Amino acid sequence: MQFKSTILAAATAALLASMPALAEPYRLGVLTDMSGMNFDLAGQGSVVAAQMAVEDFGGKLLGEPVEVIVGDHQNKPDIGSTLARRWIDEQNVKAIVDVPTSSVAMAVQEITRNSDTAFLVSTAGSSDLTGKACSPTTAQWTWDTYALANGTGRAITEEGGKKWYFITVDYTFGHALERDTSEAVLAAGGEVIGTVRHPRETTDFSSYLLQAQSSGADVVALANSSGDTMTALKQAAEYGITASGQRIAGMLLFLSDVHAVGLETAQGLTLTTGFYWDLDDQTRAWSKRFGERMNGKMPTMVHAGVYSSVMNYLKAAEAAGSVSGKAAIDKMRTMDINDFFARNAHLREDGRMVHDMYLVQVKTPEESKGPWDYYKVIRTIPGDQAFRPLDKSECPLVKK
Amino acid sequence: MTMIFGIPVQALLGQLLVGLINGSFYAALSLGLAVIFGLLRIINFAHGALYMLGAFVGYLLLAFAGIGYWPALIVAPLIVGLFGAVLERTMLSRLYKLDHLYSLLFTFGLALFIEGTFRYFYGSSGQPYAVPPSLAGGTNLGFMFLPNYRAWVVVASFAVCIGTWFLIERTKLGSYLRAATENPTLVQAFGVNVPLLLTFTYAFGCALAGFTGILAAPIYQVSPVMGSNIIIIVFAVVVVGGMGSIFGAIATGYLLGLAEGLTKVIYPEASNIVVFVIMAVVLLVRPAGLFGKEA
Repeated sequence: MQFKSTILAAATAALLASMPALAEPYRLGVLTDMSGMNFDLAGQGSVVAAQMAVEDFGGKLLGEPVEVIVGDHQNKPDIGSTLARRWIDEQNVKAIVDVPTSSVAMAVQEITRNSDTAFLVSTAGSSDLTGKACSPTTAQWTWDTYALANGTGRAITEEGGKKWYFITVDYTFGHALERDTSEAVLAAGGEVIGTVRHPRETTDFSSYLLQAQSSGADVVALANSSGDTMTALKQAAEYGITASGQRIAGMLLFLSDVHAVGLETAQGLTLTTGFYWDLDDQTRAWSKRFGERMNGKMPTMVHAGVYSSVMNYLKAAEAAGSVSGKAAIDKMRTMDINDFFARNAHLREDGRMVHDMYLVQVKTPEESKGPWDYYKVIRTIPGDQAFRPLDKSECPLVKK
Repeated sequence: MTMIFGIPVQALLGQLLVGLINGSFYAALSLGLAVIFGLLRIINFAHGALYMLGAFVGYLLLAFAGIGYWPALIVAPLIVGLFGAVLERTMLSRLYKLDHLYSLLFTFGLALFIEGTFRYFYGSSGQPYAVPPSLAGGTNLGFMFLPNYRAWVVVASFAVCIGTWFLIERTKLGSYLRAATENPTLVQAFGVNVPLLLTFTYAFGCALAGFTGILAAPIYQVSPVMGSNIIIIVFAVVVVGGMGSIFGAIATGYLLGLAEGLTKVIYPEASNIVVFVIMAVVLLVRPAGLFGKEA
């Protein structure tokens, strides 16, 4: 009797355990910053972009419904990795999307690698994600520190900004951006004469700016992001950095940052971006649809990248006939990638999605015809020149 | 170049001045906290949110009513003060009889609520607020370029600090306030309207936060998180100065600003913890704070 009921209980348990897996839809988890300083550049816009991609794809993958879920990692690696693990183990999440903040992305990358889950990186930009830490299930879609450093660093050095001073945010991303930019500057014949590190979410840059001002540098490079960059830009204007003959280089600026500081402060900045909404009819059409769902806000490169990466992932998984992260990402490498975001694009073996980048300059208030009309494109940087060449890669997956 | 401790004098002077500017914000904010705690025994965790509110009122006045910086400098604190009065009348006054913890938790919840509301509508990147044209530009002091607006911040905050200290320590109204907190029943018996005095005190503390907020708007981004960024440091200032000591809050605000400035020259990596190291040391040596009377 005892034996019988044990068997019965075990059978019921097994049945229950297997049921959710049968009934659960495939899920894509947008793991982003829903409350902190990356909210405007990624956040809700990333969620909307992912949902648009799923809808445009038809809402089904391999005959099963697909659903987008959202998590707020609060820019903390421990929270990010706990959420990612729970999603994968309990909620049938097959791909993790976006993930601002490189330190969080690094933690999540280890989890996706070990659980064969696709990792579609759009916001996180440390080039180490596809460098020495690379993973076979990762596609870094939108940008990385190398591409920005190379685009902006080289352009400004070649224009005569030889002596550089860095104001760098003190964590993984800042260090990578500073290192990559220094390399580009040195390669173009410039030199780095000083650097100062600041904690994330600093409210007062006065003392760093003063040090930069008295250093005698031609270029003051802001190797930080979003909130920090905006505060630094605003205060640099206050301290008359540009008025005293120095040039400011925002190494990472998103469209939402320019919108927030205003053209008065941001005008004339040279920067590198992976996307701009006003490039051609295709980008305008998609951005208009995006804007309709976002109170008229135009997408940042991250938002466009989320859409493009999710769309291509769904195509690849469908074609591979599998939701295994490795299978889908492998399929993407052989696939033709071409949409409004990804031009001349392909996915490399280190996980880097190579596509055209753009060197742009922020318009003056007089040049701008209205809200969100912020950039003029100086030149297109072809994908194979924009990103770190494979032969210089530290990624162990690259066969040399 | 002349050196002190191996640091160029120019850099040192520049950083000390920057420290003084930051200290001005610390002093003005911790002053409001000290007034509220000293007279009402409420640990006002909503202070950062009210500071943010002051900046936002300034921004909204400009964006929707075309009211510029100077009128906003008066109007924004009044609005924030009025908001504080409503809060005190309708909610906080019910908590006076309970343990301090309740008002602390209440104001903490309030802060999260106000911040969340603004974040919902405005995101977290912050809104631009330009320096008023009459204070644009700067002066070259030889050792540094001092933006005129920052010089104004030092002057304005110092004037407000002295004014507040005078109001509370040296006027008739101030003596009523102090008496009403010592022994409310007795003061009420003399015909003074104590509940009204308490409402006024809380509103005044809130108005101080609002004033600092509008003062900060042209320097920092007007953002929903600007309050929570600074409030922890301000609490440390109040603790170091001695809870409730008005003079202590002012003096410590400037002192810690200067200490932070110095640290940025000597060992920049420690600049964001130096305030808390000082707090820990002060608490070990003088648990009541530098200017506190009782332990």
